[in-house]
Amino acid sequence: MTKEWSPRIVAFFCNWCTYTAADLAGVSRLKYAPNVRIIRLMCSGRVDPQFILDALARGADGVLIGGCHPGDCHYVEGNYKMLRRFTLLRRMLADLGIEPERVRLEWISAAEGEKVKRVINEMTEQLKALGPLGLPRKFAEWDREVIALAREVQDREAAAGPCPERPLTPEPQEAVHA
Amino acid sequence: MPKPKVAFYWCASCGGCEETVVDLAEDILGVVEKVDIVLWPVAMDFKYKDVAALADGALFATLLNGAIRTSEQEELAALLRRKSRYLIAYGACAQLGGIPALANQFSREQVLRFNYEDAPSVVNPDHTRPQVHFEEAGRTPHLPEFRHVVRALDQVVDVDFYIPGCPPTPNLTRAAFEALLSGNLPPKGSVLAPDVALCEECARKASKPTNVAFTEFKRPHQALWDSGQCFLAQGLVCMGPATRRGCGAACPQGNMPCTGCFGPTSRVRDQGAKMLSSLSANVAARDEEGIRRILDGLPDPVGTFYRYGLAKSLLRRKVNLPTGSNGH
Amino acid sequence: MKATRDEVRIGFYVCHCGHNIAALVDCPAVARYVGTLPGVVLSRDYKYMCSDPGQELIQQDIREHRLNRVVVASCSPLLHEHTFRSAVEAGGLNPFYFHMVNIREHDSWVHTDRILATEKAKALARAAIERVAHHKPLEIKKVPIHPDVLVVGGGIAGIHAALTLANAGKKVYLVEREPSIGGHMARFDKTFPTLDCAACILTPKMSEVGSHPNITLWTYSEVVKVDGYVGNYTVQVKRKARYIHEDLCTGCQDCIANCVYKEPKFADEFNEGLGKRKPVFIPFPQATPQVVLIDPEVCLNFKRNKNPDGTPVVSDKCKKTCVEACGERGAIDFTQKDELREIRVGTIIVCTGFQTFDARRVPAYGYGIYPNVYTALEIERLVNASGPTGGEVVLRGPKNPDGTPRKPRSIGIIHCVGSRDKKTNLWCSRVCCMYSMKLAHLLKEHTGAEIYNFYIDIRTPGKGYEEFYNKLLEEGTHFIRGRVGEVTDWAMTPEEEGKLVIRVEDTLAGVVRRIPVDMVVLATGLEPRADAAEVRRLFNMSCGGDGWFLERHPKLAPVNTFTDGVFLAGCCQGPKDIPDTVAQAGAAAAEALALIDRGYVEQEPNTAHILDNECSGCKSCIPLCPYTAILFDETRQKAYINEALCKGCGTCVGSCPSGSIVQNLFEDEEIFSEIRGVLAYD
Repeated sequence: MTKEWSPRIVAFFCNWCTYTAADLAGVSRLKYAPNVRIIRLMCSGRVDPQFILDALARGADGVLIGGCHPGDCHYVEGNYKMLRRFTLLRRMLADLGIEPERVRLEWISAAEGEKVKRVINEMTEQLKALGPLGLPRKFAEWDREVIALAREVQDREAAAGPCPERPLTPEPQEAVHA
Repeated sequence: MPKPKVAFYWCASCGGCEETVVDLAEDILGVVEKVDIVLWPVAMDFKYKDVAALADGALFATLLNGAIRTSEQEELAALLRRKSRYLIAYGACAQLGGIPALANQFSREQVLRFNYEDAPSVVNPDHTRPQVHFEEAGRTPHLPEFRHVVRALDQVVDVDFYIPGCPPTPNLTRAAFEALLSGNLPPKGSVLAPDVALCEECARKASKPTNVAFTEFKRPHQALWDSGQCFLAQGLVCMGPATRRGCGAACPQGNMPCTGCFGPTSRVRDQGAKMLSSLSANVAARDEEGIRRILDGLPDPVGTFYRYGLAKSLLRRKVNLPTGSNGH
Repeated sequence: MKATRDEVRIGFYVCHCGHNIAALVDCPAVARYVGTLPGVVLSRDYKYMCSDPGQELIQQDIREHRLNRVVVASCSPLLHEHTFRSAVEAGGLNPFYFHMVNIREHDSWVHTDRILATEKAKALARAAIERVAHHKPLEIKKVPIHPDVLVVGGGIAGIHAALTLANAGKKVYLVEREPSIGGHMARFDKTFPTLDCAACILTPKMSEVGSHPNITLWTYSEVVKVDGYVGNYTVQVKRKARYIHEDLCTGCQDCIANCVYKEPKFADEFNEGLGKRKPVFIPFPQATPQVVLIDPEVCLNFKRNKNPDGTPVVSDKCKKTCVEACGERGAIDFTQKDELREIRVGTIIVCTGFQTFDARRVPAYGYGIYPNVYTALEIERLVNASGPTGGEVVLRGPKNPDGTPRKPRSIGIIHCVGSRDKKTNLWCSRVCCMYSMKLAHLLKEHTGAEIYNFYIDIRTPGKGYEEFYNKLLEEGTHFIRGRVGEVTDWAMTPEEEGKLVIRVEDTLAGVVRRIPVDMVVLATGLEPRADAAEVRRLFNMSCGGDGWFLERHPKLAPVNTFTDGVFLAGCCQGPKDIPDTVAQAGAAAAEALALIDRGYVEQEPNTAHILDNECSGCKSCIPLCPYTAILFDETRQKAYINEALCKGCGTCVGSCPSGSIVQNLFEDEEIFSEIRGVLAYD
């Protein structure tokens, strides 16, 4: 990677409050860090924890979820469900070694364009300090060992020619009945 | 016509899957009659070189159980893949990583260090670790390399079908054999079990209310459980809603909740995430403090939601683990 | 059915939006990049996509290049998604094969670095390309509305709503639980601040309701079941037995005059128990409908024991002089049973009103202990010319030595009984200050007594309310600021003998006072009806934390509920005075009219549906829907979604542990592909 690393944040914004607030930030020409990529959903309640995990696994350094303030959800209670999921998910992610700052849930109402700017800037700075999560790169690193061996075995097989009687590796022990 | 050749092999496993094949009881003979078992380390005396000597694709099917943790297991998986027409991941470990995959919460260094040095009953003043090559009395034995990530079978080789379960039930195994032998097979990559969650066949379903709202979670040792009522209704986590059916709800029948060994349905990418989503969304509290307090009843979410599936979860492993001197 | 890459033919357009986007985002570069992505058959950049030529360009391209997906990267979808969907539709393609990328509000307007802004635009565009391949053709469903309306509750709110709708030509069913419409307002004497006689302004409206050709008036009836969804409700109404044939009774009341009971003997509900009635009675003189009814609990024609199903057993104990008096009309029928009727309506307006706070819950104020402690509603009946005492304010406690009832010479009115109180109800009931002052005025007029009002704050927000307060001050009413601690009959001085003593801290004077009075009036607050929790379930509504029915939005949708087609009006939504109640009733009627006249409701296309074969019936989704759109089918043992009720939030989809619920336009595959696309470009 020749470019200097900059955090990539995937954001899931709810249509009625947060996405509208981001639009307002745009209309007001507020300037903020270009690190966020917004995905539009109708409600923060739609955010499946699988989305958050998938985003992290595919290279996001952080995930931001935006919903309406408690009590204001356009669909009455979707944001509460998200809050409950998020509470457990965040703890579980910490157990899996992912810093809590990488996943963030914010309540942003349609009038809070300023808050969108502040939250994105803040999160970008925090992630810069934390460094890249880089899961795709890590997966590739872990899998190198497997690929290397598979290639080695394939080469050995090819070199040895078609099916003569030959051992795989020096006389492996007979498997012991557990 | 020669009988189809079949191989059973085990990797990082407990032997339970082998027991299941044995558990086919009288039916085992039916199996043995119809097929020619060329490799079954636990029960029969064959050598690897006999398998290596076969032509590619000469094996009709290999049922491979156990997760992949060592280089030997990878090699054998690759070998059996080349030699088999159908390579089948048998059991939760091969399908999902299984219980061994919970080791993905630790680095290789942590695992080796604990087992060879820090465990209370270990005496190892020289800090000896297993070596891949070492010299001993003029000979050079080789040991397989211990990988730093536990893998499911399809993370190493291409897999044709999966038979889920820890272990798979005899019914499922029998049905799989029949399907294989008759040629009546679903598309490649299918799991050979129904694609619906466990609740459909669980006798406790009727007692589950339609307005479940969790005010607390308990763990199995914390109460005496009603033998007829849905576990979730009693406040005990049961993975049934997020797990495929096909086992006849064996664990609930034994008054224990489902722990998810059949893995998710085909529509779900991460079983643990979905169960987390469903459980927490139905928590009764609406304030942060109340929510946290109720969810504190789940002290080990990774162990609960990813008991069998950590290797195949979206994150696969705990990240940012402390590394050893070799960088892993 | 997922289109394979080979089948997908995507047309991509990136809009310059004049300088708005092009100044920062290198549009041609974005177009070039997207042109290299699989599935994209044409990739253009253009100055103004939303303009007529821009839209025509899309339509032309769809035809010429056989496009089956369209992506436009420009401004916010909240602005122009509809525009482009219509353009795509005009081009002959299903409008939901379109997806929009926001590179203006979310990119060119909020960033400063040209290179980074262009990179971001490329990433967002790629996400859309990946996503749109999974889009399915969707239809916007139109659900027709049945033109009839059900109004539940015949108080002033229900009456006004019903008349408004009936005058607009709609057929209205007005269902009222009591034997007559009129609600609480019918019991008031005068209304503040104008001191209009309540009956004078109410009875003409009641009359109009009774005779309106478009209103079917069912009193002494209750809604027992509501099925269906917006525009198509099937409602079951129980018509309770009056033991009178409504269509035969002329309201002459000869039966009452000729009842074997020569004198009325039983507590009269309408007069708060202050008066008496006979077993056959009419609730009040102006009752609508003008039909009597018989109380089976006390009428001698019914045995004490009941049938197993609760219906009374007819006996032969009474001479039935009432039947004789009725004569040829034959309106009395002791065998009459409750009747279950079914109606079909498109919209429902709930106007079930309030109940007054039970003053016995504050024993310190002595209601039910001392006979001369009254509630405000009792006073309304006392001062009313057609009340139990003909408008004479007399005490019900010990009489004068000569046997005549005593008149009060001093009266204490205690505000905020059961309001603004942590121990009972937290809210302010909004009308009590005004009616307390009204009663102060009326009582002074009727008795000339010294009046003391004990208040915490004086709340006079409405038109003419503050002026009314000033009038009261001028009249010499004593206003003492302090929450009354206790009403007691324990005299400490000779002046206090035989009186009720009000103990209160006069906070403005800074002293604790004992004020002896003859009569105490408790300004009881308004609270939700005791059965509000059951009633709200009938209509699929929610209650707020305080128990009042919940409006969709307190400012922007005060008469709508979260269930389409069900509206609220009046005090059932929260305490309010008559002007606000009538205004709300009109608003609710207007909302109903808007729905009916349009003739249909448009269904959100992004509803969710449960995959029938895949659902395990685990029931985890059912409690999640605030619109109760998800139900459990006991026969098939699976959950299913009523798409007419589904609003498309997707909460159930995110929660389903076996992935068996799908949301149109926001399917898992679509979102996963967006995630993949947005991170693929590095």
